[in-house]
Amino acid sequence: MKELQGASGLIFNEPLLWEKGKKGRRGFSMPRRDVVPSPLDEGLAGDGPDFPDLSEVDIVRHYTRLSQWNFGVDAGMYPLGSCTMKYNPKINEREASLPGFAGAHPLLPQELSQGTLELMYRLEQYLAEITGMDAVTLQPAAGAHGELTGMLLIHAYHKSRDSHRSKIIVPDTAHGTNPASASLCGFNSVPVQSNEKGIISTEAVAAIMDEDTAGIMITNPNTLGLFEENIREIAEIVHSKGGLVYGDGANMNAVMGIVQMGKIGFDVMHLNLHKTFSTPHGGGGPGSGPVCVKAILEPFLPVPRIIKKGGEYLLSGDFPESIGKLQAFYGNFGVMIKACSYIMSMGSEGLKRASQLAVLNANYIKENLKDSLYLPYDKRCMHECVFSDRLQEAEKITTLDMAKRLMDYGFHPPTIYFPLVVHGAMMIEPTETESKEDIDRFIEALKAIVAEAGKDPVLLRRAPTRPKVRRLDETAAARKPRLAG
Amino acid sequence: MRYLPHTEEDVSSMLRAVGAEDMDDLFSMIPGSCKMDGSLNLPEALTEWELNTLMNNISKKMAVSPAYKIFMGAGSYNHYIPESVSYLLGRSEFSTAYTPYQPEISQGTLQAIYEYQTLVTRLLGMEVANASMYDGASALAEALLMATRVTKRKKVALSGLIHPYYRDVVRTYLEPGNYEIVELPRLENGKTDISGVAGMDDLAAVAIQSPNFFGCIEDLRTTGELAHELGALFVLSFTEPLAYGLFKNPGCQGADIVCGEGQSLGIPQSFGGPGLGMFACRMKHVRNMPGRLVGKTTDMDGRPGFVLTLATREQHIRREKAKSNICTNNSLCALASAMYMASVGGTGIRELASLNYDKTEYLKRGLREAGFVITFDSPTFNEFVVKFGEDFKDTYKKLIEQRIVAGVSLATWYPELSGHYLLCVTETMGRTDMDALIKEVRS
Repeated sequence: MKELQGASGLIFNEPLLWEKGKKGRRGFSMPRRDVVPSPLDEGLAGDGPDFPDLSEVDIVRHYTRLSQWNFGVDAGMYPLGSCTMKYNPKINEREASLPGFAGAHPLLPQELSQGTLELMYRLEQYLAEITGMDAVTLQPAAGAHGELTGMLLIHAYHKSRDSHRSKIIVPDTAHGTNPASASLCGFNSVPVQSNEKGIISTEAVAAIMDEDTAGIMITNPNTLGLFEENIREIAEIVHSKGGLVYGDGANMNAVMGIVQMGKIGFDVMHLNLHKTFSTPHGGGGPGSGPVCVKAILEPFLPVPRIIKKGGEYLLSGDFPESIGKLQAFYGNFGVMIKACSYIMSMGSEGLKRASQLAVLNANYIKENLKDSLYLPYDKRCMHECVFSDRLQEAEKITTLDMAKRLMDYGFHPPTIYFPLVVHGAMMIEPTETESKEDIDRFIEALKAIVAEAGKDPVLLRRAPTRPKVRRLDETAAARKPRLAG
Repeated sequence: MRYLPHTEEDVSSMLRAVGAEDMDDLFSMIPGSCKMDGSLNLPEALTEWELNTLMNNISKKMAVSPAYKIFMGAGSYNHYIPESVSYLLGRSEFSTAYTPYQPEISQGTLQAIYEYQTLVTRLLGMEVANASMYDGASALAEALLMATRVTKRKKVALSGLIHPYYRDVVRTYLEPGNYEIVELPRLENGKTDISGVAGMDDLAAVAIQSPNFFGCIEDLRTTGELAHELGALFVLSFTEPLAYGLFKNPGCQGADIVCGEGQSLGIPQSFGGPGLGMFACRMKHVRNMPGRLVGKTTDMDGRPGFVLTLATREQHIRREKAKSNICTNNSLCALASAMYMASVGGTGIRELASLNYDKTEYLKRGLREAGFVITFDSPTFNEFVVKFGEDFKDTYKKLIEQRIVAGVSLATWYPELSGHYLLCVTETMGRTDMDALIKEVRS
């Protein structure tokens, strides 16, 4: 490697907010007082919160300095498996901040809110088309919230048929939140192991599916980056015993315009607009997790639903079998605008091309690194590939060491130690927005790190050395929590 | 497409490298029966400029402030947001990062969230706050589930003056788990009648909202004492956190869990989302708390730094035993509210909250002088209920033509309060705007 991407530059130390400022400073333009003070009943007034007083400059410097300690997609490749860290188009931010959208009150009379309703209606239509499902709710705030919605729908469906089922099948290659979402609905998760090919076999499902099982939660493509090839047969088994199939669509970025989810047996699935549809992750949200269903589950969708009647859009709560509300209002509308803008910018061909390139990039990485890192499932992958640290065991170098060393090379590490089915997993998802040159540099960096592991393992164990801080003591943080200053 | 960097030459050399004949061959493992026939039926891709025109046109169909004078709160509030907050929030080092799993290169997000947690504890008078929830309503549902874990009881008492939509969300979350919800009635003065819970020794929580849906300040201390006598947790919900710039905070009045909507603190209304679920509790309950937490620690060289901590409560370690399934939350909104709280400052938040209070009192007085009855005589913050009468519907429509939205009718949620309207005033409302409303409703 000619030159490391990571270089040292001047960054600043910056104290905590309340260690700055002076009483009497202000960073806010106080609106004009055009009314007289009114007395407040005795005993009601408090002392007011102990916030620091800061000037606007204090605040701008504070957050500018903090931001410089962060790594985002705009800085470089962020191949975090399962998270789809693709480029977040800037124009989408502009659309979301249009005054008519950003300033809209959620309870405006319908004749005054046709714009937001039209946009949500459009997005529902687009997502139904992309997934091949029949109906959509945009209300869930994130992927896990979508999973919860899906579980509530399945629960309501069985209840409406006077059937009380207590179990749900969750493969070991499913997302981490799946079992937690199921248990919120009172379902016990029954694990099913993936086979030697990294996918679920029909036999494994047939062996445990029974009439006390509400359904199966299946991530497809799964978290090994592999397509569940038996999905249709698995769905048939589940359906034949009266169960439903929940599809975790977090990995939809691999198959837009290629697989029709509505055809593969899914009854309900969620999408992550902050993954597949390019809305920024925001350091942990806000996301948006729309849920798409087949017609049999439509009566149970959350309310209110958006309806088009004679050219007018309206919100209707008139769905007696609905599971109710998941958020106070209609979901993360600000995020929906960005996803809708993305779909309208990409069009049908653009979305398909994005999935093709995402899969091409992942396979290219897999082929180029499989001689350096252990590849547990040596077959064509989808949008991500999973390696492990088995070949580095002799040097006592772990996935964690390699991940941390990648930071010194100027890359965000991949997802590590997930999925759980691969010991020491390193899950790489490049996404379609990385160019061949950037991917070549990433491959080169990992190869260099593997070489270092043989020659100078201390370099890896001490990594990273270039970021603002080095490895942090997480054990001490958990043992003696210091959660506020 | 400008987001896709591959040239045809890149594609062919990469296909060669992976041993695929063409793009279709890359997907050969997918059974034909799963594949899409034909292509997606979506509108033709728009250029950046076409998209701008389309979005301008759609957004212009909306009625928003300042062109419209919107006297509407009910869980979503119009407050000024300093340009510096919007500008800083746009820094893509914050917005294009993921959850800070790799702390060495996420210290910006981590310190900012640690500061957010701290400011929230100070605002609410609590000991620990998490890194955010989705919104005020789901935060309340999670708080009640938490109370059932702490007390190992399955019954909760919920004030009927908690935002109706929040109660709807609670019902959705609690429905499958065989929980029991008792709804508490209201008193003539617009506060919750909590007397009914006396003797209920199987309650996990007593939950009220303050300021409540009618804008009235509830008696927190009394509610807390009663809850504690029953061995239940006192859960306090809110939709307007700015109130705690002026009023006594919930922590000093005995609240065990405080949760609510933080949209007022620097987050655009955006048709109801994304907002910010704020969530705080006593330190002794922290291990039952949902959501992410940032903690302070040190690095290998002894320098201070921050990490996500107490992750055993979360879903990726003991998957089935997780306290909640919340994962991605509303981190960037938490950051916005921290920037906002820092900008307003300790002195400023007091002044701003007082201004909000005084303006609301001005409108209340004006309406009273115009002959209208203010339905409840309890102290309020930013919102209050006024009786305009059964025949006000036509006036409401006429006012819309004059670009005035005269609050929210209560009839939908409280049929017995038909003809009563919930009005809201914040610092964005000028005296002339309020005078105009008073003049119009009088005539």
